[in-house]
Amino acid sequence: MIVHGASPAISKFGLGFVTSTEWQPTFGVFGAGTVLYGTAVTSFFALLLGAPIAIAIGLYLSLLAPRGLRTVISPLVEMLAAIPSVILGFWGLIVLAPFVQKNIEPWLHDKLGFIPLFGPPQTTGLSVFTASLILTIMVIPIIASISRDLFLAVPRDVQDGASALGATRWEVVRGVVLPSTASGVVAASLLGLGRALGEAIAVAQVIGAGTEIKASLFETGDTLAARIANQFPGAITEMHKASLFYLGVILLVIGLVSNITAQWIGRRFDYQRAVAR
Amino acid sequence: MSDASFDPAAPLTPSGNLRRRRAFSRFAEYGATAAALAAVGVLGIVVFAVVVHGASALSLDFLFQGAPNGIGPELVGTAEIVAIGTLIAAPIGILVAVYLTEFGTGRLASWIKLTLDLMNGLPSIIVGLFVFGLIVEATHKQSGFAAAVALAIIMLPIVARGTVEILLLVPSNLREAADALGVSRWRSVLGVILPSAIGGILTSTVLAVARAAGETAPLLLLSSVYDPSRVSLNPFEALPNIPTTIFRLSEEASPEGFTQAWGAGFVLLTFIMITSIGARILLARTRSKMAQ
Repeated sequence: MIVHGASPAISKFGLGFVTSTEWQPTFGVFGAGTVLYGTAVTSFFALLLGAPIAIAIGLYLSLLAPRGLRTVISPLVEMLAAIPSVILGFWGLIVLAPFVQKNIEPWLHDKLGFIPLFGPPQTTGLSVFTASLILTIMVIPIIASISRDLFLAVPRDVQDGASALGATRWEVVRGVVLPSTASGVVAASLLGLGRALGEAIAVAQVIGAGTEIKASLFETGDTLAARIANQFPGAITEMHKASLFYLGVILLVIGLVSNITAQWIGRRFDYQRAVAR
Repeated sequence: MSDASFDPAAPLTPSGNLRRRRAFSRFAEYGATAAALAAVGVLGIVVFAVVVHGASALSLDFLFQGAPNGIGPELVGTAEIVAIGTLIAAPIGILVAVYLTEFGTGRLASWIKLTLDLMNGLPSIIVGLFVFGLIVEATHKQSGFAAAVALAIIMLPIVARGTVEILLLVPSNLREAADALGVSRWRSVLGVILPSAIGGILTSTVLAVARAAGETAPLLLLSSVYDPSRVSLNPFEALPNIPTTIFRLSEEASPEGFTQAWGAGFVLLTFIMITSIGARILLARTRSKMAQ
């Protein structure tokens, strides 16, 4: 159905659509390059920031937290996933973006300004960087709750064995817990990636709907899903609409690939564990 | 370790390498704890911001009147859309779950499971595009019904998966007892298995409702051009709803609009928090009861 909606754009622009960075609805010229770049950058940074934090949360909840505290913090972390994206995006727009623009961006520009990624801050705080932070908040609960369950399933006696050999708590994690759950953690991260790739609303609210690829993270940008959300309700021509459907096809393909890979890794992981028993 | 100056009375404190390893380990522990606190902190900050800004916008007029003073029609519309979505998703989700646990085996069942997992990971804007092509293109207008269908697609895997987990907890001796009495399979499902799992099924449906109530992307495509000043009860026209209202107000960038958006966000977040926390508590209770 989505491919059907996109068919006028597919037959007109073909595969060149994917790499073309022109997007000018008034002239009937469309290309997905800019939004593909934006999607890749925001999801990459969201995962880069989010995955380590989420895995640390999973470790804390499964191995460190006292039982009482765990039953409080676990649901709270999952509540983070229950916040509707439109509310998180609105908070990002009103509270986070100005804060990032005034405090974080100047600091990063001062310290790391020699890297083109950290250019001078812009006036509004609506940027690829802010969008990545919002996506980070969205992927953390997914990865954290899956990895917590993975770590809880690591047999206690193997961990105790390592401790008995004199390993410190971190060495137990590094030597036993993480290696035995590595593929599951990768699968969890891919599920988080799928979420980050497909988030439309919150990103549309904070990314600023830029139309060019800029080197700096502090400039505006756009992603596949956010552009559909922003422009579909006001699409001006049939070709405009079909091109947005085309973006949907690309998003669908990327999303399915990351989800199927996650399922596949997860299933192989189950299989390995079944054999190990 | 055959040190000449070995002192048997030295205190048993770690030194050198062991001290370094322990310090690193403790450092890692603090890091993990800090990560957990940060996540809870972010939740606290977001909820706090919504409550502080939203509470000031709240009044009876705000809840019951139409635009420009209140969000009454949006509340009614959201309730309609979510209710219709639930009416579509819940029966299908429960039937799928019954099939998977009681009847399905082999290849078809594993394909259905995979499909449910993939549906669960589908970006909601894609669901919106799909339903747009299916219903809105065909009828040439947006409708609350189309939005409800999209929400049903989002809710279906949540209901089905939750129900599967509960049905797996139904003791197998109940099934065997029904079989031994010569009860046919579908009657034991209707008379024994579903009644003993009804609490868990209801709570997983409520969880799905909490998820669907805040979905914005599909509604933006399917039910966003409406008249916000009056209550509409006809699901075959575009229905006013809370999520697209917040989105529209956040794009308009006017101070009064922002106040209204905070208020609407407060109402929506309160509903979602109460339903999902309540459902989680009930679910935990049902699970521990059934596991006994």
